[in-house]
Amino acid sequence: MTILVGYVPTPEGEAALEAGIAEGRLRRESIVILNSPRKGAPVDAALASVEQVAELLRRAEVAGVQATIRQPGHTDDLTDEFIDIADEIDASLIVIGLRRRSQVGKFILGSHSQRILLQADRPVLAVKVRERP
Amino acid sequence: MDFLAPVINGFGVVLEPTNLLYCLIGVVIGMLIGVLPGLGPAATIAILLPLTYGVEPVTAIIMLSGIFYGAQYGGTITSVLLRLPGEASSVVTVFDGFALARQGRAGTALGIAAIGSFFGGTVAIIGLTLLAPIVAGFALDFGPPEYTALAMLGILLVATVSNGSKLKSIIAASLGLLLATVGRDTFTGEARFTFDNLSLADGLDFVPIAMGIFGLGEILYNLEERHNKVQAPAKVANVWPSRKDLKESSGAIGRGSVLGFFLGILPGGGATIASLAAYAMEKKRARNPERFGRGAVEGVAAPESANNAAATSSFIPLLTLGIPANATMAIIFGALLIQGVTPGPQLVQNDPELFWGVVNSMYIGNILLLIMSIPLVGIFVKILRVRAAILAPITVLITLIGVYTINNSIFDIWLVIAFGLLGYMMKKFGFEPGPLVLAFVLGSLLEENLRRSLLVFGGDPAGFVGRPISGVLLLAFLAVMLLPLLQKAVRKTRTPARPVEALHEEKERV
Repeated sequence: MTILVGYVPTPEGEAALEAGIAEGRLRRESIVILNSPRKGAPVDAALASVEQVAELLRRAEVAGVQATIRQPGHTDDLTDEFIDIADEIDASLIVIGLRRRSQVGKFILGSHSQRILLQADRPVLAVKVRERP
Repeated sequence: MDFLAPVINGFGVVLEPTNLLYCLIGVVIGMLIGVLPGLGPAATIAILLPLTYGVEPVTAIIMLSGIFYGAQYGGTITSVLLRLPGEASSVVTVFDGFALARQGRAGTALGIAAIGSFFGGTVAIIGLTLLAPIVAGFALDFGPPEYTALAMLGILLVATVSNGSKLKSIIAASLGLLLATVGRDTFTGEARFTFDNLSLADGLDFVPIAMGIFGLGEILYNLEERHNKVQAPAKVANVWPSRKDLKESSGAIGRGSVLGFFLGILPGGGATIASLAAYAMEKKRARNPERFGRGAVEGVAAPESANNAAATSSFIPLLTLGIPANATMAIIFGALLIQGVTPGPQLVQNDPELFWGVVNSMYIGNILLLIMSIPLVGIFVKILRVRAAILAPITVLITLIGVYTINNSIFDIWLVIAFGLLGYMMKKFGFEPGPLVLAFVLGSLLEENLRRSLLVFGGDPAGFVGRPISGVLLLAFLAVMLLPLLQKAVRKTRTPARPVEALHEEKERV
């Protein structure tokens, strides 16, 4: 069994990764880091660069967790991409980061987090960024 | 000082606030589309043609030429940072530029490229300033027969020198010539290929064809998502090259500039070929050629200087002979015609303000580009985040609105769509659209001069050979046509004996 961690180079993504690594160590399971950029533009800020990927893997290794990274591009639906990969690796847990978004913003733009929480047929751990006092 | 007076007056023209503003707009747009892969300078100039209707001819051409040479600067940025040439002319920059970026020296590569571009551009402008009036003076002796020969040579050279299959380019050029014959015959008033359609009676307009084939065609082609790979944004630190890098690349910049200048003048030449040739030359000259492809500074400096020099010097045949040397020049030629200015040898004398205004705007434009290109790299890279799904519909909308505003004619919109589809199909099947548009532009020139000279000669085609200039040009035409066939024949007989030579030729072409 493995744990699927959603990662983007933002504080939310970092929080999710941290929680994912901790969970992996606790359960003695390997983790798969999913970093999926949106296709269609030559550059996407959500994609981790080669150096960032190396850094992620190093962090997992230091924590004693076996980690792999996947960076498939998605066309328009990140949620489907997530759920498909979770099925494929038969994930025991999905870890995602949540960010604060207003009601109106959620209504207009939708929320991948919400859809993953509702649609995934396995446990989902939703992590928030810890606010610095 | 007789010679310098119009040059100085030209600076007066450029320094008018309107012209300065349009020069700035031109180079900024040029850099932007240079950064965006897919949309080239030819497409952008075609799409923006309607914008130039409301302004003075000088101002319009200053802006359009700014787009052209600005794009040469912009293309480098993506080549170096993302291994994604934004422009065909910066394809070779990818090899060493990206290698340098991986070593953490992206800033050095960009800085060297900007300085090389500036230097190449400046050398070419000085060359243009000195050479253009001489060529134009010489071309004043040209009559209809000479123009006929020159137009034929121009079309043939563009068709054969362009990248891609020669046969397909010649087919495209023939189609362009055919399209040029649509409409009323200027000599007899006979309607040709109009199918009793009033909209076709005046012939096909240049603008819808250019906007369709270059603008719409390229947009459609880019929607196919061939650049599927998404990349992480790159960081650029320290853009200033060290003194050692500058010293290493100064020779390459000088050689690249000179080579680019001469390749730009040749019809069919231009920025792309110049950058390829400059890279090949540097590699051949280098003491240890293995360094190339692994981050040699010369490998960035030479092609970047060459493509800028070539972009600038390709204005020489356009402004002095009235023969566009490549597809982008064909569109600028069209823009001049729209403004009621016929480019040709008379331009320097009849319209010195326009001629020197445009030439001198390049000095200013290059300085603007040098100032902008280094500090603004980060902003330009951000533009790459815009998805094609957002960019393409907006561009199509601008194109269609633009073409409608010219004549308020719905027929023109249909023409753009039809030629857009044609352009898309041509790209899809490996036909270069450049020769078609160029042949279309030169087609009416060719026909008019051919028929006029035949009238002068009393219908005897031998007259073309009898005049010295047209005779030499026709000889060159024959040489260009027969040389590849001869080479092929020679190679066929010699191939088994000299395989090494064949390999070498392959390398030269790159």
